[in-house]
Amino acid sequence: MNILSLFRIALKAIGANKMRSFLTMLGIIIGVSSVIIMLALGTGSKATIMQEIADVDPGTFMIIPGPDYEEVGGNWLPEYNQAITQADYQSILEKNKYLKAVCPMVYSSGQYINGKNNHSCTLQGVNNEFLVINGLSITEGDMFTENEIKGSAKVCILGKTVVDKLFSKDADPIGTVIRINNIPVRVVGVLKSKGRTAFGQDQDDIVLMPYTTVMKRMTSQNYFDMIYAAATSKAMTSLAVDDVTEILRTNHKLKDTDIQDFRINSLEEATSMVDKVMNILTLLLSCIAGISLLVGGIGIMNIMYVSVTERTREIGLRMSVGARTVDIMSQFLIEAIMISVTGGLIGVLIGGGIAYLARFIMMNYTDYHILISVEPWSVLLAFMVCTVTGIFFGWYPAKKAANLDPIEALRYE
Amino acid sequence: MAQKPVIELEGIRRDFVVGEETVHALRGVSFTIREGEFVTIMGTSGSGKSTLLNILGCLDTPTSGEYRLDGTPVRSMSKNQRAVLRNRKIGFVFQSYNLLAKTTAVENVELPLMYNSAIGARERRERAVTALQRVGLGDRLNHKSNQMSGGQMQRVAIARALVNDPAVILADEATGNLDTRTSFEILVLFQKLHAEGRTIIFVTHNPEIAQYSTRTITLSDGKLRDDRVNDHILDAAEKLASLPVEED
Ligand SMILES: Nc1ncnc2c1ncn2[C@@H]1O[C@H](COP(=O)(O)OP(=O)(O)OP(=O)(O)O)[C@@H](O)[C@H]1O
Ligand SMILES: [Mg+2]
Repeated sequence: MNILSLFRIALKAIGANKMRSFLTMLGIIIGVSSVIIMLALGTGSKATIMQEIADVDPGTFMIIPGPDYEEVGGNWLPEYNQAITQADYQSILEKNKYLKAVCPMVYSSGQYINGKNNHSCTLQGVNNEFLVINGLSITEGDMFTENEIKGSAKVCILGKTVVDKLFSKDADPIGTVIRINNIPVRVVGVLKSKGRTAFGQDQDDIVLMPYTTVMKRMTSQNYFDMIYAAATSKAMTSLAVDDVTEILRTNHKLKDTDIQDFRINSLEEATSMVDKVMNILTLLLSCIAGISLLVGGIGIMNIMYVSVTERTREIGLRMSVGARTVDIMSQFLIEAIMISVTGGLIGVLIGGGIAYLARFIMMNYTDYHILISVEPWSVLLAFMVCTVTGIFFGWYPAKKAANLDPIEALRYE
Repeated sequence: MAQKPVIELEGIRRDFVVGEETVHALRGVSFTIREGEFVTIMGTSGSGKSTLLNILGCLDTPTSGEYRLDGTPVRSMSKNQRAVLRNRKIGFVFQSYNLLAKTTAVENVELPLMYNSAIGARERRERAVTALQRVGLGDRLNHKSNQMSGGQMQRVAIARALVNDPAVILADEATGNLDTRTSFEILVLFQKLHAEGRTIIFVTHNPEIAQYSTRTITLSDGKLRDDRVNDHILDAAEKLASLPVEED
C-alpha cells in the first residue's frame, strides 16, 4: 500500500463525512484560537502593567508630612499635617547632596471659568522643577519664572484637556485671563499632551500655578502638602532618601526616640512590590495558558471520541475487505493530521485576527490601551498542544480498533 | 471429484461470553469443502450459520478447533497475512450489508481494490463498474448507500464481494432481501461463478435455493446435523426464464 493511495483513502473518508470532519476541525479551531486569544490578553496586560510602572521614574520620591499612620495609631495630631514647611524646603535646597530637582507641592480644588466655559479639576501649586520630575514639557508659551514664583504671580499652565474645555478650537489660550476660584489668572503656557494611562486616567486634565500663589491666594496655608524630589540618578535614590531624612530630622530637632513627623515614599521601595506583581502576573498567565489549553484539549478529545463508534464499524468493514493494521493506522493518522493541522492553522489565523482586532478596537475606541500582543511562543504552544491532542485522539481509537478482529469491530457499540 | 480441499474444519467451537453466561454458538463443527463446490448452509435462526461463516471468512477467531485454508492453518497466520488473504482470495457478503455510509455504490465496490496496490485507479473503477453491472445496478453507480433500498444495498454488497475476483465467495443471506426474480438473477450469477471454478458458500433460509447448489450442510444448535451432496442440481437460468417478466 503506497502513501498516495492512503492519502486518497483518507481524503475520501474526510469527504464522505464532511460534517463530522468539520466539527472535529471546529474543535481544534476553537481550541487553538481561544488559547491564542487568552495568552495575547494575558501577555498584553502584563506588558501594559509593567510599562505603566516603568513610566514612573524610580529616581523620584515624595516627602510627606506626618508619621507612618501605623506608628501612631489613632493619635494623629493636627500639627502632623503641617510638618513640612518653607524652612524644610529651604534646608533641602541648600544642603542636599544627591538631588537634581526639588518641588514643593500644595493642592487645592479648582474651578476654572473662561467666558461661558467652565471646568473643574485639582489645582496643583508647584515650582518650575515640577516639569523635570514628572517628565512634562511646554508646547505653547513658557513655564512661569522664578520671579513669578517669588512674586506669587497670578499665572497658570494648563493641560490640553483643560484648554479644550475652556477655549474654542482656534482661540489662543496664551495671555488669556481666566478665572480660577474667582481670581483672575493669566494663562502663560500649555503642557504637551501625554494622553491617557493604560487604565484610562487622563494625564492632560491638569492645571499648574506657582505654589506661592496657591498658598497665599487660594488655600491660605504656610505649610506644604508634600515635597516631590528627584535623585541625580536612579542608583542614588536611597542615598538621597537618607540624606533628606537627615536634613529634616535636624531641622525638626528630632531625638532618636521621637516619632518622626514626616515620611518618605520612595518608588525604589515600590520596586519589590513591582517584583511581586510581576510574579503574580506570570503565575496568572501560566494558569490562563494551562486552563485554556486544558479546555481546548478536552473539547478536541470529546469530539474525537464521539465518532469512535461510527469509526470503529468503519474500521471493521475496511479490515474485512482486506485493510491491514498498518493501512488503518496510516489512514487515520493521515486523516487526523490533515484535519488537525488545517484546523490548527485556521485557529491561528482566527485567534491572531481576533486578538489584533481587539487591540485595534481598544486602542482606537476605548480608554483602555492594553497592548494585546500575539507572541510567537503562544501561537506555537497553542498550535502544538491542540494539534497533537487532535492527532492523538484521532489516531488512538483507530489503533485500538485495528487490533480487534474485524467482526468485533463491526459489532462495536 | 477429487479436487483439493480449500476449507478444512476440525472441531470448531465458538463461545461468546455475555456477562455471566457463555453462549455456545458453535459446538464442535467439522467438515471439508473442496475447490469448486457450491455449498448452501441451512439451519434455523440462531443455529450458528453467521458465526460459522465469519470464521470461514477469517473475520472471527474460533475459541478452539483447527481451520485450514488452502492447507495453511489460519491460527498460525499473522493478522496481516489474514488481511491480505481476505483481500485477494475471499469475497464476503454480510447479512447486514455493511456498506460505507454516505459513500456511492461504485466507491463502496472499489473499496477492496483500494487495499491492493497492484491495481491502478482506472482498472479499479472499471472493475467496480463491471461488478455493479453484473448485479444489475449499472444505472445506480453514483447513488449513495443511504439513497438505496435494502435490495439495492444487498446487491452493492454482492458486487463488492465479486470485485476482487475471489477464489472463495461467502454469502450470508445474499438473497434474503430480494424479490424472486432478482433472487434468481443473483443465483444465476453465482452458478456462473461456480461454473468458472469458484468455491461458493451460501447461507440461506430458503430450501428452494439449496436445490441450485452442489451440497447442503444443515446446522442445528451449533452442531452439524446434516451434510448431503445434491444429485439434481437445478439450473437457475432456466427457472429465471420461466418466471413472469412483468414482475420487477
Ligand atoms: N457477538 C456475539 N455475542 C454473543 N452472542 C452471539 C454473538 N454472535 C452470535 N451470538 C449468538 O450465537 C448464536 C448463533 O448466532 P448466529 O448469528 O450465528 O445465528 P444464525 O444462524 O446466523 O441466525 P440467523 O439465521 O438469524 O442469522 C445465537 O444464539 C447468538 O445469540
Ligand atoms: Mg445469521
